[in-house]
Amino acid sequence: MNNFWNSYGAEILQRTGEHLLLVVISTGVAVLIGLPLGIAIARKPRLSPWLLGFTNIVQTIPSLALFGLLIPLPLLGGIGTRTATIALILYALLPIVRNTYLGITGVDTAVIEAALGMGMTSWQRLVRVELPLALSAILAGIRTATVIGVGVATIAAAIGAGGLGVFIFRGVAVVDHGLILAGAVPAAGMAIALDAALAWLEHRLHIRS
Amino acid sequence: MDRSIEFHEVSYRLGQHDLVKQLSLQVQSGDTLMLLGRSGCGKTTILKLINGLLKPTSGQVCVGGQSTAQWDLIHLRRQIGYVIQEVGLFPHFTVTQNVGLVPSLLGWTPGQIQSRVYELLELVGLPPAQFAKRYPHQLSGGQRQRIGVARALAADPPFLLMDEPFGALDSISRVDLQQEFLRIQQYLGKTIVFVTHDVQEALLLGTKIGLVQAGKLLSFTSPQEFLASPSPEIQAFLQGFHQVAQVYRRLGQDRSGDE
Repeated sequence: MNNFWNSYGAEILQRTGEHLLLVVISTGVAVLIGLPLGIAIARKPRLSPWLLGFTNIVQTIPSLALFGLLIPLPLLGGIGTRTATIALILYALLPIVRNTYLGITGVDTAVIEAALGMGMTSWQRLVRVELPLALSAILAGIRTATVIGVGVATIAAAIGAGGLGVFIFRGVAVVDHGLILAGAVPAAGMAIALDAALAWLEHRLHIRS
Repeated sequence: MDRSIEFHEVSYRLGQHDLVKQLSLQVQSGDTLMLLGRSGCGKTTILKLINGLLKPTSGQVCVGGQSTAQWDLIHLRRQIGYVIQEVGLFPHFTVTQNVGLVPSLLGWTPGQIQSRVYELLELVGLPPAQFAKRYPHQLSGGQRQRIGVARALAADPPFLLMDEPFGALDSISRVDLQQEFLRIQQYLGKTIVFVTHDVQEALLLGTKIGLVQAGKLLSFTSPQEFLASPSPEIQAFLQGFHQVAQVYRRLGQDRSGDE
């Protein structure tokens, strides 16, 4: 064990860092894109089947295939971190868009009618009523996206994006359980830790509102 | 300022159904119009046509002498207090934030809002020291409806629309709030349109009673005229009221007979 840590410890830390960066950046970008999209379809429900349908389809593509399919694309594709990040963003989009949409459209109609009747502008209604009331649903979506992201990011090693998947692929190739666990255990720990952190945030914000 | 509300041959159609048909009426400044009718007759639709939540399919609704089609609706709605049936308090706001919402939208200072909120809580009979910091889920149904009324009055709007505001109350709280309503209205002098299905409430609170049936205005009378009307529709509505009056008289006689 000690021997294993001596030879792989530094790389485990490095790969964990890469992995975390992949997940945080892609989930962050997915929030920046998904939140406005979710708001947009909540306001124009006619668009919602199209967008939710698209994000649903993306979700059904096997992750290894999605990584592979992105490689030949000009500008977006290629080998490495950029392609992996784009695939991870696409995966994170569904839970974020869907939960934002459901959170906003799920606000009590009486509350919305009151907001309208009192002369709130569309923006005031969004910022002061709809988003605060949808907040726990939105955060739950981000949590789901993050946990999925940690798992999917292990596959990113297949297209040279690094991360903890490197150990897993290497371990599978040489049939070394130690190596597989060196990737899988930190990934699982990361998923649990991020989930707990977001749960804590959700709880705090809920108490405040 | 003109505080009248007028309907000129207003119809509102939803799909195949006319929810409001060729409705014309005029509410004078300071009047309380009670729209009386059974559920589903179009009373609430009429209210929503006044604050522009719904747009007439044909005809014209004028508020303060100007058609709602010409009003900036945000501006219009801030002059119309609105109490809805389900109350619709903001669950993430305290009582103070709920009541102070329209003033805050209008850009009042926090100090002004605070003193106005306290004044209104006193007015609706909820001591501010006890209630100002509570959230809606910490209130009873009756208290919530009081807050709903206070919220509608907050920015002292010239118009008030009330959709069965006392509907969910037990009869004692309802009588309480009706008395307060009368007292408040006496010195506020707002133009009010009030929806109810309770003929007693209509007679008690209204200066005018409009009987609505299937989206049409069947009659538009003072409470005195309403009571004296031979119209069968009005009589049907008064039936229950007469019964109560009869019981009341009979019990009164029994008691005087005992003495």
